[in-house]
Amino acid sequence: MKPRRAGSIALAAGLLLALLAALAVAQVAVPALGARVTDLTGTLAPGARDALEARLQALEQRKGAQVAVLIVPSTQPESIEQFAIRVFDTWKLGRQGVDDGALLLVAKDDRKMRIEVGRGLEGAIPDVAAHRIIDEYLTPRFRDGDFAGGIGAGVDALQKLIDGEPLPEPYRSRTAERGMDSQSLLILWFWASVGLSLIFGSVPALLRLALVGVLVGVILHLFGLAAPWHVAAGAISGLFSLWAGGGGRYIGGGGSGRWSSGSGGGWSSGSSGGGFSSGGGFSGGGGSSAGGGASGSW
Amino acid sequence: MRSLKLIALMLCLPLFLSGCGYNAIQRADEDSKAKWSEVLNQYQRRADLVPNLVATVKGYAQQEQEVLVKVTEARARVGAIQATPELANDAQALAKFQAAQGELTQALSRLMVVTENYPNLKSDQAFRDLQAQLEGTENRITVARNRYVEAVKDYNVLVRQFPVNLTAKMFGYAIKPNFSVENEKAISTAPTVDFGKPAAPPPAAPDPAGQKPAGHD
Repeated sequence: MKPRRAGSIALAAGLLLALLAALAVAQVAVPALGARVTDLTGTLAPGARDALEARLQALEQRKGAQVAVLIVPSTQPESIEQFAIRVFDTWKLGRQGVDDGALLLVAKDDRKMRIEVGRGLEGAIPDVAAHRIIDEYLTPRFRDGDFAGGIGAGVDALQKLIDGEPLPEPYRSRTAERGMDSQSLLILWFWASVGLSLIFGSVPALLRLALVGVLVGVILHLFGLAAPWHVAAGAISGLFSLWAGGGGRYIGGGGSGRWSSGSGGGWSSGSSGGGFSSGGGFSGGGGSSAGGGASGSW
Repeated sequence: MRSLKLIALMLCLPLFLSGCGYNAIQRADEDSKAKWSEVLNQYQRRADLVPNLVATVKGYAQQEQEVLVKVTEARARVGAIQATPELANDAQALAKFQAAQGELTQALSRLMVVTENYPNLKSDQAFRDLQAQLEGTENRITVARNRYVEAVKDYNVLVRQFPVNLTAKMFGYAIKPNFSVENEKAISTAPTVDFGKPAAPPPAAPDPAGQKPAGHD
């Protein structure tokens, strides 16, 4: 009985592993985003790729919109629409809140293409426009095997549409985006003052004033408070610590520690839209798509 | 010392409130509501497209009365359902809503199959634009529904898990119904292939709408 049971367990484990493996290969993995033009088929010549990349980078610097091109061999077993939304969700093209991203996806062996449009560009590139770009610029050239020409023409058309759309100014620096909004800063200020006053409650008054003042100032500055104001806020917190922290050995270590880890998480997820790059690497700005755009085949 | 206790209490209060999951329920509830609004929004967008589409097809394919009437009727039934946010919390109303929308999906896909027979219609720019819009909207509906299903799943898991389920019960947050696969029977029965009759009459052909990849209905 025993060996048989062991065998059945091994069989079950094997089946489970096979199932997991099947699930793992069921979907085409979304490639890592490292450049605006990602060609997994080796279709584009390096020169053409770099030219496209430069044009898309110029567009981002001019308008702030992020357009990416992805060429994959196949999206099977998913439809190109399902794969496109998965790529868009992973790459997060476009700025957070503006959602001005677009993706030109070509599945070469499936002979299918799709223009996926972020929410913020649905006005500039409505489905009809995306469909016409596919119909008039991509399809004829793809039929002749001219992939570089077709994609170039398609990107040109997208660029013209985006240029005609009034979008928020492109972000120039990282710090401009990093800041917390004023309400969160106010809450942070309050709790930082209270927490630090409690932590340094047993420290002599003058030292406490200096410690709390400087630390609060530094924290607020790290979270985006501009130059003169963090000094003023720190000074007020220091004075507050004189009044609040007088009780002696009262240390709310556990509580304040938990609180600060919570706020750190909130902040970093908020600023994930700040991963906006204009240099060598490329990353999405936090945009999303509702599934707009059009698909076609050739 | 009293003020210190007060401050300690103030520190603990938000911790307690967030610890018992009240805030998490609020967040998940609002998230699913927002996603539901998006679903309604995209269905509305499709319903708004239908009159134009029917008028354009009518211009070229007058003889396809039956298909056109079906689309118009399905559109009317969809419009008769009051699409409110509360609909999402009522399992029966949601099923009814889903059935009506599924009917419109089927009627529209049948219309699109019929239009294949009219080359003039297919080359009409207005029709092509409408077709692109319809395709885009159908895809948006799929995406919105998927996101809603995910949001409801997160909410339901949260509300059912210990200890948050105690908080949920206390404040009356119940489990939300979710979208289901409508044509479950059609999917789970194996298709029959019959080579017996070589010249099968076209009306006996299987329902073209049923052949569409299982999308959002």
